[in-house]
Amino acid sequence: MCREQQAGSRCDNKRSEFAPQTEERFAAQGAEIRKDFPIFNIPGENSGQIVYLDNAATSQKPHCVIEAERKFYERENANPLRGLYSLAEEATREYEEARKTVADFIGADDSSEIIFTRNATEGLNLAAYCLTELLLKEGDEIAVSIMEHHSNLLPWQQAARHAGASLKFIECDKNGVITDEAFEAAISEKTKILAMTHISNVLGCKNDLKKYSDFCRDRGIILVADGAQSVPHIPVNVKELGVDFLSFSGHKMFGPMGIGVLYGRKSLLEQMPPFLCGGEMIESVTRESAVYAQIPHKFEAGTVNAAGAAALAEAVRYIKKTGFDTIQERERCLTEFAMKRMKQIPGVNIIGSPDAALHNGIISFTLEGVHPHDTASILDADRIGVRAGHHCAQPLLAHLGIPSCTRVSLAFYNTCEEIELFADSLSQIRRKMGYGE
Amino acid sequence: MENKTFYNEILTDHNLHPGHKHALDDANMVMEGVNPSCGDDIFLNLKVENGIIADGSFQGDGCAISQASADMMLDLIIGKTKEEALELSDIFLRMIKGEASEDELELLEEASVLKDISHMPARVKCAVLGWHTLGEMIKN
Ligand SMILES: Cc1ncc(COP(=O)(O)O)c(C=O)c1O
Repeated sequence: MCREQQAGSRCDNKRSEFAPQTEERFAAQGAEIRKDFPIFNIPGENSGQIVYLDNAATSQKPHCVIEAERKFYERENANPLRGLYSLAEEATREYEEARKTVADFIGADDSSEIIFTRNATEGLNLAAYCLTELLLKEGDEIAVSIMEHHSNLLPWQQAARHAGASLKFIECDKNGVITDEAFEAAISEKTKILAMTHISNVLGCKNDLKKYSDFCRDRGIILVADGAQSVPHIPVNVKELGVDFLSFSGHKMFGPMGIGVLYGRKSLLEQMPPFLCGGEMIESVTRESAVYAQIPHKFEAGTVNAAGAAALAEAVRYIKKTGFDTIQERERCLTEFAMKRMKQIPGVNIIGSPDAALHNGIISFTLEGVHPHDTASILDADRIGVRAGHHCAQPLLAHLGIPSCTRVSLAFYNTCEEIELFADSLSQIRRKMGYGE
Repeated sequence: MENKTFYNEILTDHNLHPGHKHALDDANMVMEGVNPSCGDDIFLNLKVENGIIADGSFQGDGCAISQASADMMLDLIIGKTKEEALELSDIFLRMIKGEASEDELELLEEASVLKDISHMPARVKCAVLGWHTLGEMIKN
């Protein structure tokens, strides 16, 4: 099975000689990887394992990540950045080391460019709010792509409202491709900010951030990127991409919920006013005013999620240990296999590019005559977890003329066997809903 | 996870071949019901004469559960008084919470196939959409 779907991929070169081994190797590798994830190994007869195909919503967590969070609370728990005793210093060290680990992971120059947030949404709100205060004026324009998750749209709607600026949409075609004409149509001399996702959570397509950052730099436009769907799956280097901001969530990259990251270019972070105000983000406070702390602490008001940061750093180490070559190879093979099987099922309409290589593990689809929520419920009856609805991207779905859809999203720990189960279940749905063959 | 048999013949038949999904030109009560989570959006049309629901229909789009539930509801309430319809609506909503008696379930006839929707909490809103709209309409 995995043998066929590798046509055209790197694995293909070896196909004639090594195909059977490749298939076995793929399965064995998957089995080995799954041992790292407690949720796939719940003991007891009732564990009736779920086929988890909703990785774009949140990923599963390896044992080492869960342990890292636990270790912080068991051995290092004290309020970081406050206490003067050794336990608090230990907590601070762990927290700041996590920051360094994340900075290295995404190629930031300096760990002060890493702000810990709760999730991608908070980072995008921070960027929008603080940039509005810093530079947005009446009559300015903000360009956003039509494929943004609501998290990278609503903060800009608010920003535009507050500043008296306007939002301009960069349209894409039905495959998610943004043409140069469509891009330039949304840009003018008034454009101050470009907000764009790296990988779409509906179409799975990847935007060429490097090309856009080159364009923006020449014109003094600030590029705020949403890395929620890219950082977990492909190597992301903020220097190479040239983005000014990049926001992502820990929980989608095998880390815990409640911790996220906003990378910001140092020169901008230093000029920006704070986002939330209170403890931990000041140098000194008088009755009327305050001197704010240096970055990044200026943007981390209140007690931080140090355990979450420590566990996120462990997730980064886990990704590095697994290796993006393995992660990408597996996800590419799985995506090709899934799309191939889905295309064989009558009534299935895949949204976005027909080319699996352009989906990055995200496959949204509709099933003729069946509402996506019914599709998801029937798959659930076979213990297959997928997402259905508008995927927090209503303007994109409206643009594509689709009221809602079902989405499968893969991670490197998924297996061909799981995709077989999904495809079998999917192929039964129209019949279950009363349609003839 | 007892929803294996949930999409049974009764439900799918009402979804694919609804008897009451059409316009109703002489309706004197019309109300829209929306369930944002599934994007279900229905219009309930009733023709009420002397306190009796003489005719009714629904229009709009939605998932199978919302469509079938509205269709089964209309089967049940056409010909009943407003008070009887309200009473049935009350029983239906209690059935979803698992609080209706066996005798009461019988009064719901086919609509009782939705009893097990409580195993699918995310879909409860779909099942109650038509009934909820009916209640709002009659009470106001
Ligand atoms: C592209 C994209 N951006 C932003 C988000 C928001 O992530 P979070 O809910 O973790 O803030 C998501 C995930 O839901 C996403 O897919």
